[in-house]
Amino acid sequence: MVRNLKELGFRARSGDKGDIVDISLFAPDSELYSRALSQVTETSLKDFFGDMVKGEIVRYELPNLLALKFVLYSALDGGAAGSSRYDNLGKCYGGNILRFELRD
Amino acid sequence: MKKVVIGAGQGFYGDNPFPAYELALNEDIDYLCFDALAELTLAILAKDRQKSPEFGYTKDLKAYLQLLLPVVAKKRFKLITNAGGLNPQKAAQEIQSAGVKFGLKGIKIAVVEGDDFIQRLDSLNQKRILRDLSGEPGELTNKDKIYFANAYLGAKPIVEALKTGADVVVTGRVTDSSLFLAPLIHEFGWTWDDYDRLAQGIVLGHLMECSGQATGGNFSGAWQELDLANIGYPVAEALEDGSFVLGKPKKSGGLVSRETVSEQLLYEIQDPFAYVTPEVVVDLSSIALTDLGDNRVEVKGAKGKQPGGYYKFITGQPNGYLAQISFGYCWPDAYLKAERAVGILKKQLEQYKVAYDELRVDMLGQNSLHLGLAAKRIADPEEVVLRLALKTESREAAQTFLRLLPPLALNGPPGMGGFSGIPSPRELVKIESYLIPKAYVEEGIKISAWEVE
Repeated sequence: MVRNLKELGFRARSGDKGDIVDISLFAPDSELYSRALSQVTETSLKDFFGDMVKGEIVRYELPNLLALKFVLYSALDGGAAGSSRYDNLGKCYGGNILRFELRD
Repeated sequence: MKKVVIGAGQGFYGDNPFPAYELALNEDIDYLCFDALAELTLAILAKDRQKSPEFGYTKDLKAYLQLLLPVVAKKRFKLITNAGGLNPQKAAQEIQSAGVKFGLKGIKIAVVEGDDFIQRLDSLNQKRILRDLSGEPGELTNKDKIYFANAYLGAKPIVEALKTGADVVVTGRVTDSSLFLAPLIHEFGWTWDDYDRLAQGIVLGHLMECSGQATGGNFSGAWQELDLANIGYPVAEALEDGSFVLGKPKKSGGLVSRETVSEQLLYEIQDPFAYVTPEVVVDLSSIALTDLGDNRVEVKGAKGKQPGGYYKFITGQPNGYLAQISFGYCWPDAYLKAERAVGILKKQLEQYKVAYDELRVDMLGQNSLHLGLAAKRIADPEEVVLRLALKTESREAAQTFLRLLPPLALNGPPGMGGFSGIPSPRELVKIESYLIPKAYVEEGIKISAWEVE
């Protein structure tokens, strides 16, 4: 069965620095943290975001907080100061990532 | 054990001052710290400075002073703010006048300067001072177009300012968290190589610098259950060992929990194992958050390492214009009307030879915030609201584009709504980051202090 991160009770907050967006993804428990660890990878997330993220994606693991940190390069078409995007500050990336679907 | 209580008063230029007032009134704090400068704020302040040498600091400082100085007069806590922006001396004068007005005779104001390099750009290039982010020598490009250039100072000059006995410290560009770290170093006498404690101080500052974001604002958990209209800004009780308890004013809205705190802990940090700040490189992987209940979370366990020899340095220069406008079409055939309207505009831009780099077309309510991830397009919608954003080098081109919009109501597809005047194009900024040797910056740091008479 496939369910998205929102349905599974994950939380996420995002922010920006220039053209870089960072997303913190929080799992509701350690079982789901492990599933996210194996499925929400740098590669799978790069595929997921497609055109939205032009550069690479780097992941950091924080089991002490049941959190994964993603840093997305060239993710705002030039950064808040120069981006034509409606979400020019990248605040919605936290909502965007919750559409990602996990397999059982 | 000695305890220092710090409140957060402001998270950005334009924040709501009332939660700061409530906090000051209802909590026994030693310091109230204000972060008024986001990365882009300097661009706004630089534009102000071009208009008048009297400007260049954040204009909402006045509103904060009017609310807070009467409370300071009674309770005598200290204020630390980076509201000085590009003109800390003028901000200090504003504080001085307000101090006189509210009868705060004898309080001491200290000003930290030396972060602003706009008058020193030539020597930076001549002496090849700057490094790019990989550490290679870096030269300022388009030097004459740069309208702000600042080093990110740390806690050191703020500690120096506090040592003068200052009650109010006003700075320009410093790292946000240093506004909160500095009073801890000053009060506890931490040394500059006590990296684990410095790391804890940075964590405290990082959690507080965005005001309500640590106390339920922007919370992606059960936010709908919170009273955000009365959100309380963060208050931290810090101990000498660096551990602290984060809370919020009694009777305020919002939430301080392990969840809200952990969201803010990682917010806008890239490498959580090496968060680089001027005085310490912070490792968050060993942090322990303990929910004490009653909107209190204990934070300890951050580790610190010695930082490198550079401060961050940023410059800003003009980068063209963004013309944005929204309008909508009603059913029937809302998609078709919107599509044709965009077609008409594109054709006219071509016919009238309007030069532009990009025209972004979003449909509000459908794909403007989830872009390509948005769910399948709604069939035969009640309405389609367009948001157009045109990027161009010239202000004239931006204005010509915007003037094409009103005639669409008469000359375009039927059923257009939402037009409410022609907005001004937004000036875009190109921000470039470099590294600058600490010693070079520190030579130019100036601290002045005086008493309000």
